[in-house]
Amino acid sequence: MLIFEKSRPGRGCTELPPIDVPVIMPDEKNKRTLPMHMPEMSEGDLSRHYTELAKKSHGVNDGFYPLGSCTMKYNPKINDEMASLPGFAEIHPMQPSNTVQGCMEVMHLIEKYLCEITGMNHMSMQPAAGSHGEFAGLLLIKAYHESRGDYKRTKIIVPDSAHGTNPASAAMAGYSVVSVPSSEDGCVDIEKLRAAVGRDTAGLMLTNPNTLGLFDKNILEITDIIHECGGLCYYDGANLNAVMGIVRPGDMGFDVIHLNLHKTFSTPHGGGGPGSGPVGCKEHLAQFLPSVFVKREEEFFFEKPSHSIGELKDFYGNFLVVVRALTYILTLGNEGIPKAARSAVLNANYMMNRLGDLYTMAYDTTCMHEFVMSLSELKKNTGVSALDIAKGLLDNGIHPPTMYFPMIVGEALMVEPTETESKETLDHAIEVFRQLYKTAETDPERLHQAPAHTSVTRLDEVEAARHPVLRYNWEL
Amino acid sequence: MGGYVPSTDQEQLQMLHEIGLKSMDDLFAHIPEEVKIQGSLELPAGLSELEVRRKVQGIARKNKVFSSIFRGAGAYRHFIPAIVKSVTGKENFLTSYTPYQAEISQGVLQSIYEYQTMICDLTGMDVSNASVYDGSTAAAEGIAMCQERKRKKALVSACANPSTLEVVKTYCFGNQMELVVIPEKDGTTDMERLKEQIDASTACVYIQHPNYYGNLEDAAGIGEIVHEAGAKFIMSVNPISLAIVKTPREYGADIAVGDGQPLGLPLSFGGPYLGFMSCVSEMMRKLPGRIVGQTKDKNGKTGYVLTLQAREQHIRREKASSNICTNQALCALAIGTYLASMGNEGLKNAAVQCTSKAHYMAAELEKIGYSVENKAEFFHEFVTSSDVPAEKIMNALAAKDVLGGYPLDGHRVLWCCTEMNSKEEIDEVIRILKEV
Repeated sequence: MLIFEKSRPGRGCTELPPIDVPVIMPDEKNKRTLPMHMPEMSEGDLSRHYTELAKKSHGVNDGFYPLGSCTMKYNPKINDEMASLPGFAEIHPMQPSNTVQGCMEVMHLIEKYLCEITGMNHMSMQPAAGSHGEFAGLLLIKAYHESRGDYKRTKIIVPDSAHGTNPASAAMAGYSVVSVPSSEDGCVDIEKLRAAVGRDTAGLMLTNPNTLGLFDKNILEITDIIHECGGLCYYDGANLNAVMGIVRPGDMGFDVIHLNLHKTFSTPHGGGGPGSGPVGCKEHLAQFLPSVFVKREEEFFFEKPSHSIGELKDFYGNFLVVVRALTYILTLGNEGIPKAARSAVLNANYMMNRLGDLYTMAYDTTCMHEFVMSLSELKKNTGVSALDIAKGLLDNGIHPPTMYFPMIVGEALMVEPTETESKETLDHAIEVFRQLYKTAETDPERLHQAPAHTSVTRLDEVEAARHPVLRYNWEL
Repeated sequence: MGGYVPSTDQEQLQMLHEIGLKSMDDLFAHIPEEVKIQGSLELPAGLSELEVRRKVQGIARKNKVFSSIFRGAGAYRHFIPAIVKSVTGKENFLTSYTPYQAEISQGVLQSIYEYQTMICDLTGMDVSNASVYDGSTAAAEGIAMCQERKRKKALVSACANPSTLEVVKTYCFGNQMELVVIPEKDGTTDMERLKEQIDASTACVYIQHPNYYGNLEDAAGIGEIVHEAGAKFIMSVNPISLAIVKTPREYGADIAVGDGQPLGLPLSFGGPYLGFMSCVSEMMRKLPGRIVGQTKDKNGKTGYVLTLQAREQHIRREKASSNICTNQALCALAIGTYLASMGNEGLKNAAVQCTSKAHYMAAELEKIGYSVENKAEFFHEFVTSSDVPAEKIMNALAAKDVLGGYPLDGHRVLWCCTEMNSKEEIDEVIRILKEV
């Protein structure tokens, strides 16, 4: 039942103190006349309402969550506690700088650590999410070319396996997108890349390991090709969890990157956000970074980059998310960071290996932190699709892998176990995957009908889009 | 050393053997040696939870938490009921991803649907999305929504928050819309200049209400000018004010945006906040980001899904209405909880207290020789000017644990009052300033 249907006139919970100054109301011409319908409920009923909704939600804490490309690892509790310290949570963003030295220290430290982890020289915490960081990075590229009087570079090269945000961000930055196909081994097709580049190439956006879970071993050649034609190389940090402490984007020839603190650095995703998508770059792009740097002399102070692309959002980014990420890095330290990456890669390879005899792997080679299965053959033989298997997992308390992505793999399921899962959890999930495969062969209808044990069964998405009902309506 | 990997070294070795490998290095053997890190990262060694706690608490202590705040300028300290944190702390919400799998995400989806309804009700609009990053990115996205083939100019009021102007400028650098600022006159948007500036190539006009100086604009008048020129009218609004001030719908706006921070989100040194966006139904398919819709399951039971996804980047790629993917969902949950907790009467009460206290404080400041610059009606922010240097005012207040208003220049100060400021606190500020 919706919260509005539980509302009863005259009920309520929170009381403010009585007003202690003369009451002022807006002039008649500015006074609201539309009725307002905020819920009227006691605190007890309200609390139960959200507990009921929480029961109908599935987080990392509820069970295994191998959602490919999303790095759904355990979110440590200490991170949340540090983010809620009054010394951070109650600080006004426009306080004088001598009263926010702690906040500036947070920004200074995390910039230093993230630059070390990525091989970049500078990083701005202002972007609020991954795609916001992509947008920022592309504007850096644009500002760089324009600063050299080079206005002819209008194209961004994006592999066909890329996240949808890559081309969308390129378009928002005013670029047209050139898609390069992947070669048979799932990596960038070097010859096709050579054919695609030219004087109109502003840059390349690449995820490495890519969305197929593969590390592109030609990476130095790829970044060289782009640099030779005068373009810049952008690293999408979505998959950094596989390689942090092992390799650095900066050493692979990338000029600009974004990270997803809500993936790699374990800040909770909150049902869709907030995240944090810092944008980092090498020295030659630092003058274009957004917003402000934190610098240190006797005290910390803010300084604007000399040719900044400007502000990407209000203030300094999703600061409390940054506090969580800093806490995480301090906990893991120089040994814990590569250990997390190695363990993530081991867990993925272990699962892939233990499923490889039944399921068809899109690329049957050592994967990084995730692997992609293609269920095209299963679908052909049994009629059971990737969607059906995913829905079957729901009945087993497992969040499904990412479905139908990357788009270049038919009936794709993309599995990312992460490093915070034990062997027992993986073994159980492997057993469930194998069981579902057998069910597909013996009783496909059961999977077409799945899930059976969730609060609702499969929902009619077509109807939802065709006749949109996007809010509760009191008039009806 | 801290960390969250459950497997022991022994277990990991066993797993490696089971898949035919000898060591962890084998997993990375295909990565060219020349790009691998030699040695280890220059990071400090990992810490135990107790050590981390001490270190981070030590950093937090270097910030000054003011016990009394009279500063707004885009971030507002309001009362936050205890239940808000209790709800957003629930792990099923906190640790879940975007609700792609609707069957196990009905709770998150319903909470967003309820949030969308509340935003529509608050702003008077027909449709709301599930949130964007903050008020200024909502403004920039709202402006981008209005772009048409022959309309590429955005007129933005100089009375908008300067930060919003900066963000819109950055987005326009990307999407190549032309940004033109409508000048200010006496603290509000200059209507005469607007009439001169607006033309057939104007996509939209954007104003903030109450504006940066706290003033209410002649929003209805601006709306008429905008619509006569065939452009769209975007209003950025303070959500608390909407409990008593006319909604964007009543003023004739096509799109309402704003920052949801006043609705239950702590100051947090500027984030995470939330950008809300709502619009008239005609513009529904131009909204960026996630939208939750109601539908039925196979058994006819009501349920909720992410919908109208044909607008979004994961389907449309470079043709999407925006690149936004991750939004501010947990903040939307906080806002839903806040609004339900305050209820109709609580929200109105908060709004009345904000404007009443601001007017009381303005009058008291005038009594001690400050001049209040606002010529138009104001809500909960106002500007004073005085011979006393702003810096001197701020220092005197800071010494008494008060964060004063925001200095606009050497002698002008932008003050803000909310329900958090008692009469006693205001009187104390007046007493301190009398001495300055």
